[in-house]
Amino acid sequence: MENLIDFFSFSDPNVRYVTLGIIFIMACAAMVGTFTFLTKKSLLGDAIAHAVLPGICLGFMLSGTKNPLVLIPAAFAFGWLSLICINFITYRSRIKEDTAIGLVLSVFFAVGIFLLTIIQKNGNANQSGLDHFLFGKAAALVMEDIIAFSIVALLLMLLTLFLFKEFTLISFDKDFALSSGIPVRTLEILQTGMIVLTVVIGIQAVGVVLMAAVLITPAAVARYWTDNIKTMLAIALITGVFSGIAGAYLSYSAPNMPTGPWIVIFISTLALLSFFLSPKKGIINKILKQKRYKRQIQDENVLKTLYQLGEKTNQFFLSQQEANISDKRFFAKNILSNSLHRLMRNGFVSKQKNAWQLTDAGKLRGQRLVKIHRLWELYLTTYANIAPDHVHEDADTIEHFLTPELEAALEQQLNFPEKDPHQTIIPYQ
Amino acid sequence: MANTNLNIPALEIHDLTVAFDRKPVLWNIDLTLPQGKLVGIIGPNGAGKSTLIKSVMGLLPLSSGYIKLFDQDLETVRNKVSYVPQRNSVDWDFPVSVLDVVLMGRYAGLGLFKSIRPADKEMAMDCLRKVGMENFANRQISQLSGGQQQRTFLARSLAQQADVYFMDEPFAGVDAATEKTIIQLLQNMTQQGKTIIVVHHDLHAVTSYFDWLIMLNTRLVAHGATAEIFNRENLQHTYGGKLTLLSDVGELFKREELPNREK
Repeated sequence: MENLIDFFSFSDPNVRYVTLGIIFIMACAAMVGTFTFLTKKSLLGDAIAHAVLPGICLGFMLSGTKNPLVLIPAAFAFGWLSLICINFITYRSRIKEDTAIGLVLSVFFAVGIFLLTIIQKNGNANQSGLDHFLFGKAAALVMEDIIAFSIVALLLMLLTLFLFKEFTLISFDKDFALSSGIPVRTLEILQTGMIVLTVVIGIQAVGVVLMAAVLITPAAVARYWTDNIKTMLAIALITGVFSGIAGAYLSYSAPNMPTGPWIVIFISTLALLSFFLSPKKGIINKILKQKRYKRQIQDENVLKTLYQLGEKTNQFFLSQQEANISDKRFFAKNILSNSLHRLMRNGFVSKQKNAWQLTDAGKLRGQRLVKIHRLWELYLTTYANIAPDHVHEDADTIEHFLTPELEAALEQQLNFPEKDPHQTIIPYQ
Repeated sequence: MANTNLNIPALEIHDLTVAFDRKPVLWNIDLTLPQGKLVGIIGPNGAGKSTLIKSVMGLLPLSSGYIKLFDQDLETVRNKVSYVPQRNSVDWDFPVSVLDVVLMGRYAGLGLFKSIRPADKEMAMDCLRKVGMENFANRQISQLSGGQQQRTFLARSLAQQADVYFMDEPFAGVDAATEKTIIQLLQNMTQQGKTIIVVHHDLHAVTSYFDWLIMLNTRLVAHGATAEIFNRENLQHTYGGKLTLLSDVGELFKREELPNREK
């Protein structure tokens, strides 16, 4: 608790640097990552993240400092070089893009690790902390870093803001963008440049290995909650920044923990939650929806059976024992009882002593089900040339889900027929 | 806004050859299209119909030949040209609304860094009305049926207010009633002097839809007024089996990685 207050009072300048730095990084990653995600280039972000490592090592070897003004351009150059290699391999050989990305990613990363080992063996006093580029250590951020990050973040934010409509268009329909004369190639190079820049400023705090997750996951989380690209960008930003601050705090309270993994664990948890809880695409909602449908089918089948029992005697409001209903159509005992009680709560049946009877609303609903069932059977035999003994099961499903508009259209097209293919009367209201 | 000189051809293709992976899919195409026609491109699968209009739109590298629109290079007349890609060429799960997609037709005209104006929105709504989609403006595009997707693309193209339109299979996945409305709309547009080139998949209704035809099977079989060229002989040349020798030579180029042209 004391930790929490210490951290969020931001009295420690170190905490201020770390938090600010992380906020800038996560904001950039979320903005750039949204378009990377929508263009389905997630793997490319991963490749760039790994490919900048040799650039950083080389920059350090040549200059002997960790000054971001040296390291950022060196990393940028290598990120760019990796993209050129991927493009070259894809266009000039039989190797497909995913394989090319995999190849380039590992080769560049291997060279990076190789250079890193050389630096560590040389024992340059300045080299301590260079290995943080692998998994990231936000605590190592200093004033100069923050200044550099803020400039990059501002630049990316302005570009995203002012080129939002073009970025959206080329992510959605590149051919149309090209045909209408939008400078797609230039914009793509710009976008790639933005990815590289984000990766370069991000890896100090998050690390090479985890940068792809930071880039892509906020966008993936956001996509679960909205169908509007602007809202999606906003949610991605909030998700990213929130996870960043949370990760920074956790690595502050447990100083030997690297920041990157904490951030990634945070966003991934959010992604997992979204996967289950999102109102439209979430798993839980899908399961609930199926359950609702199943219940609706059960209840309506009970109503239908009660109506059919009434049809026999032409008296629809007689009381029926549960055993009677089950004789007409088999229902498991508890399912039938559950359905009947639900129907009673909703006003479709009423209970007298131990027997059940339809209410007016219940009769109407049962009648509609029976009508649609028989109309649909007739439709299938008349228009789809299906044999009369093959149409029952199909109609059994359709009767529950036909919309009123389709119901009207069905009646119109068949012109309110009197009997179904089995010569049973079709009841109209 | 139609071109002042109606005698200038809307499209001129000179000795066009296009190759994929060195295998030519279009050989030596030469043709000229007058303005104000509704033109159908017909031919079997793999005849190069889509390739032809993609080449015209500058989306593919040409192995040889040149293409002129209104006697100009594409770059100088881009704002007069509109393109409707195949419906399945994009991801319809993209997080935008129908209106957003139609507004994309206005982007190039607006220019970089500019934002959408109310006038653009009204224009887009008007285009949606023309294709009968005004009630779907705020619908997310993943909820559209195939025919509605196609009409959305059409509205986007209308929003470009071009003089010549290239449409890749605009009737694919469209129900009969919608197809009728679309063709009526296109016919109205040609009466106002617009030129519309449509890749069409089946031969059904060719004579009533198009007043001009391009019959294609890797090479150009025939082009001209539908009444004059839509006959048994040309159909046989277009659909009557592949030109075996021609495609064998194509395969050879691919296999041996031969250059398509001496230089």
